[in-house]
Amino acid sequence: MTTAPTHLLSVADLGAEGIDAVLKVTDNFVEVSARAIPKVPALRGRTVVSLFYEDSTRTRLSFETAARRLSADVMNFSVASSSVKKGECLRDTVETIDAMGVDALVVRHGSAGVPRQVAGWVGASVVNAGDGAHEHPTQALLDCYTIRQRRGSLEGLRIAIVGDVKHSRVARSGVLAFSALGAEVTLVAPPTLLPPSLAGWPATVSHDLDGVLAKADVVYLLRMQSERMTEALLPSLREYTAAYGLTRRRAALLPDDALVMHPGPLNRGVEIAAEVADLPGSVITAQVANGVAVRMAVLYLLLGGPG
Amino acid sequence: MAERERALAPPNGGVFVARAEVLSADGLRRAVTRIAHEIVERNHGVAGVALVGLQTGGVPLARRLAAELERIEGQPVPLGSLDATFYRDDIGLRPLVPEAVTDIGFPLDGLTVVLVDDVLFTGRTVRAALNALNDYGRATAVQLAVMVDRGHRELPIRPDYVGKNLPTRRDEMVDVGEAGVSIGSVVSR
Repeated sequence: MTTAPTHLLSVADLGAEGIDAVLKVTDNFVEVSARAIPKVPALRGRTVVSLFYEDSTRTRLSFETAARRLSADVMNFSVASSSVKKGECLRDTVETIDAMGVDALVVRHGSAGVPRQVAGWVGASVVNAGDGAHEHPTQALLDCYTIRQRRGSLEGLRIAIVGDVKHSRVARSGVLAFSALGAEVTLVAPPTLLPPSLAGWPATVSHDLDGVLAKADVVYLLRMQSERMTEALLPSLREYTAAYGLTRRRAALLPDDALVMHPGPLNRGVEIAAEVADLPGSVITAQVANGVAVRMAVLYLLLGGPG
Repeated sequence: MAERERALAPPNGGVFVARAEVLSADGLRRAVTRIAHEIVERNHGVAGVALVGLQTGGVPLARRLAAELERIEGQPVPLGSLDATFYRDDIGLRPLVPEAVTDIGFPLDGLTVVLVDDVLFTGRTVRAALNALNDYGRATAVQLAVMVDRGHRELPIRPDYVGKNLPTRRDEMVDVGEAGVSIGSVVSR
């Protein structure tokens, strides 16, 4: 008998089979979410804590909605109003919460590797909700689900990930997940916004967005993370938009059935033109809707098995 | 969910070995016809009646019953399928992954729902299904149709329509398929 996974820390841990398992159960939760009463008693009596050391709207709300729709109890930890302000260290905070008897910790932190570290300290299941520039596995899962929903499969699809790859955990998880499911991934970015080494990344690199767009099945735009731009990596945002933004002119280069995706929040007018985000090929709101169902699947698979 | 599927699915593994045939394909067909007539009789027709098959074993049976009801009464009966995994009481005791997505394309409010499953055993699946149904609307009444009632109930649940009452041992396995019903056991591979 295989033991159920206890944590979701990285897409790399899941592999194609693990991703498939999550996406399959997601179908059920999409059905649940579409009902008049979008709630099932599956995780009654379980407690899920969201531990966010970084700002977030959609990921946090999405996880909390997912937990509530599974009838789990939700506790919410926000750094701004906690003992962290009194100087409590991460380990003490986490162990205090764990001692209250929680079943899952949903962790977001600005430093890569924190969720894995936390997983070693606690008895609860840990879900990585984004750690530094490392990974954001549930985002990759919901992206895979959204693509699969529209195109049936990722096998052989050409997916272009465009923008600030260097600072993007979404890009990292996305590349791993998309390629695991058989897609060909191309990273499109100025050299200054690529990581110093792409060794081990199952992706090719291009600096010619127009050329890539003409053959893309999916164009995945990354948010310009101006809050992470401590170095002068770009001459200006306008210059970035001119070379790498999905402007209205560029959107016309895309094949008719191409999907436009974005993890949000959007910088309209920077990486994506305002009207492009509202085109029929844009599945940005579908991504958000599927996010809740995917996170329900993740929490159910982690907490629904023998504890 | 059909107990056969659950027993054969990982992590249990194993193969079903039939010991005896309990109902032939013809016997099964006659039982479906009889149950259809009983449903019509009990509900004075099929107006306001809907069928919901339990995933996965009850679904083909519900489909056959729906066809039979339409043949008898000359009017179609709403047909849905239900996966009650998320309502089970053994979540957390073993890994439980749904086998199919629920598909009930009509509100249940005001309908008499006939829940259909292949085998009635402990009654726990039916208990979960009753709770699940509630989330799709308030049915006027819920009735239960099963092809085989094999006993060993653990909850106060009884069927309204039965294809065959079959005394079994707890460790035996009942298989309901197109070709009929047989009893046997699961042996590990």
